[in-house]
Amino acid sequence: MTAGQKNVARVGGNGPSLTREQFMEAFHEMLLIRRFEEKAGQLYGMGLIGGFCHLYIGQEAVVVGIQMTLKDGDKLITSYRDHGQMLAAGMTPRGVMAELTGRATGYSRGKGGSMHMFSREKNFYGGHGIVGAQVALGIGLAFANKYRGTDEVSVAYFGDGAVNQGQVYESFNLAALHKLPCLFVIENNLYGMGTSVERASASHELWRNGEPWGIPGRRVDGMDVAAVHEAAAEAVAHCRAGKGPYLLEMMTYRYRGHSMSDPAKYRKREEVEEVRKTRDPIEHVRHILLDAGVSEDSLRKIEDDIKATVNDAAEFAQSSPEPDPAELYTNVLLEA
Amino acid sequence: MATDILMPALSPTMTEGALARWVKAEGDTISIGDVIAEIETDKATMEIEAVESGILGRILVQEGTQDIAVNSPIAILVAEGEAVPNAASTQVSATDKTDSALKTQAVKAPAEQMSSAVAAPVSTALSAPATEKDWGPTAEITVREALHDAMQAELRRDPDVFLIGEEVAEYQGAYKISQGLLAEFGDKRVIDMPITEHGFTGMAVGAALTGLKPIVEFMTMNFSMQAIDHIINSAAKTLYMSGGQMGCPIVFRGPNGAAARVGAQHSQCYGSWYAHVPGLKVVAPWSSADAKGLLRAAIRDPNPVIVLENEILYGRKFPCPVDEDFILPIGKAKVEREGRDVTIVTFSIMVTTALEAAEALAQQGIEAEVINLRSLRPLDTATIVESVKKTSRLVTLEEGWPFAGIGAEVAMQVIEHAFDWLDAPPVRVTGEDVPMPFAANLEKLALPQPEHVIEAVRRLI
Repeated sequence: MTAGQKNVARVGGNGPSLTREQFMEAFHEMLLIRRFEEKAGQLYGMGLIGGFCHLYIGQEAVVVGIQMTLKDGDKLITSYRDHGQMLAAGMTPRGVMAELTGRATGYSRGKGGSMHMFSREKNFYGGHGIVGAQVALGIGLAFANKYRGTDEVSVAYFGDGAVNQGQVYESFNLAALHKLPCLFVIENNLYGMGTSVERASASHELWRNGEPWGIPGRRVDGMDVAAVHEAAAEAVAHCRAGKGPYLLEMMTYRYRGHSMSDPAKYRKREEVEEVRKTRDPIEHVRHILLDAGVSEDSLRKIEDDIKATVNDAAEFAQSSPEPDPAELYTNVLLEA
Repeated sequence: MATDILMPALSPTMTEGALARWVKAEGDTISIGDVIAEIETDKATMEIEAVESGILGRILVQEGTQDIAVNSPIAILVAEGEAVPNAASTQVSATDKTDSALKTQAVKAPAEQMSSAVAAPVSTALSAPATEKDWGPTAEITVREALHDAMQAELRRDPDVFLIGEEVAEYQGAYKISQGLLAEFGDKRVIDMPITEHGFTGMAVGAALTGLKPIVEFMTMNFSMQAIDHIINSAAKTLYMSGGQMGCPIVFRGPNGAAARVGAQHSQCYGSWYAHVPGLKVVAPWSSADAKGLLRAAIRDPNPVIVLENEILYGRKFPCPVDEDFILPIGKAKVEREGRDVTIVTFSIMVTTALEAAEALAQQGIEAEVINLRSLRPLDTATIVESVKKTSRLVTLEEGWPFAGIGAEVAMQVIEHAFDWLDAPPVRVTGEDVPMPFAANLEKLALPQPEHVIEAVRRLI
């Protein structure tokens, strides 16, 4: 990229947009998540990842667009569909993949697995296996920000499947009552496991679910990283300014089943193919970058780098030892 | 270089499956991430995505084929212009790697697993019971004052400590434990919550994961069931699930067990419930000294601690050390009365019942030793075992239900550690195995009375 090209401030049509450098960054981050998840699916198929494994493929623009609006110290929490969040937070592909395969070098020393991973260093508070629990915990992270008098924001991600849990609304009430700096992000991928939003929720406009508590909400095209970024920037600024919580409903889609063992008979193959063909978040950015004059070669270079990173992570995971048997008894309690 | 595309598994237990459909045809260009085929089992259909780019050189297994072994080649991927090799097995090394990796997961000698399970900390060798430190002069204060003083002292000592719960601030506490704390510490640190236990407990646990030290007051422990998922799944397990990165320094406290005439939903002992859970500590104070010393220790503890108080004891006076630094260790029981003939192990308000029974037994020439557990998890097995080795007889006493109760655990510990010293089978005295009735006479019948303890001891001697 030449110095002259850097001066092109905005690319990508009339809608909300990003600089070319930001699109390049988003392309890299989204592709890393996509390739990482494909590799995770492959390792699962080889029997190297056991138990539950919920892939993020298709939803990459949501977490990448939001992460680009955050600063150091902001706190993150999500459900068990968490690999994308962790990579976007800056956790290493090696550490995540090693945890997925239950190895001693994983983020939780092999004791957490796909659904329960944490990083104190990156302010990533999990990785929670109980649907909706991360929302109440998430307002606790925001409570801590406020208690300590910082301007840090907490982001609580949850799916459309969690929006009918009672504790989500207990949390909305508490966050609004105490003006907690919490960004609630509903990742609406249209299905809570096998049940569509229409069959699960009497409210179909989930972005309005905070209205009774005065929580401002917006529905966003979660397949468009620039739209996500624009909405998140506004929402995060609102939270950071001490105005209380904000709710974003990200309209997105998961290409894979709910988990690896999901037959996905509740939706038609054509529906998945249609989204892949017309709304893929990564292809969208690829076209924007090509239109803006970025060469095929430079994108291929990114793809090659990511492929090497992901292969390295898989290699690292497979060559790492399982936890020592003595680890069974560690980390139950801290020394008082 | 030509690469084999292998048959994937849908789950670690799957050994074979069917190839439902090829999405790509021989000669098609494939990009990494493209869906190339669909496989099927009786339960699920899964798409296979390409993990390498190239050209689909040859399809080795036609669609519709059943019973294809996992990890067998189903197609060959080649680079542009490359000839398609005749046989499969171009990527034997990858398959080998898979096999050996699977083996390392599967090879775990059963003998080794057994021995490590037996070595679990629960049953390890006992350390000698500790003698209690002498804290000097005491003053008579109520259990309510003791709990209040403990929170006040710790709120003064550590700015990361705060109190939340229903009616803890402006109302001054539903049972007046937090009286005056709002005035001293302000509404940033003494915080009223709406009636929303699930939500505010989750919030407090989230704050604790960042290092703050909340005290969560439940108006009664009965309401903690609304929030039990956060107490167990979020607070107790996160340190383990995070490989030691994230502790949860939090206290959950409130009145536990039967009060008086409040019926089934407000009269239940949670001792056995919470003591069951690794990652939690559970204390159950009886006296004012227990209450003050244990609550201070609970607030300073870096782990989640459940403090099971008792409403009927709140107004009772006991001597309590006046020393400003007074604190008790979690995990140590106290011998409240020494005796040589029988050991009565109990906790919370039942210590009163046990002491009354012991007094009556002394009139009959039987000297009972009464152990106040103070801590249910960790359990002070050493003190119990030492006593039983002296008396050779064990009676356990608790207000809670008999099945899988604290008494069952205490008896089992004694059987494991002092079986040869026992002269008779241990006896449990517990609350009746029914929901708590409302009528005064029935309520009394449902709870252990001193005469039940006396009768149990008489059966042993």
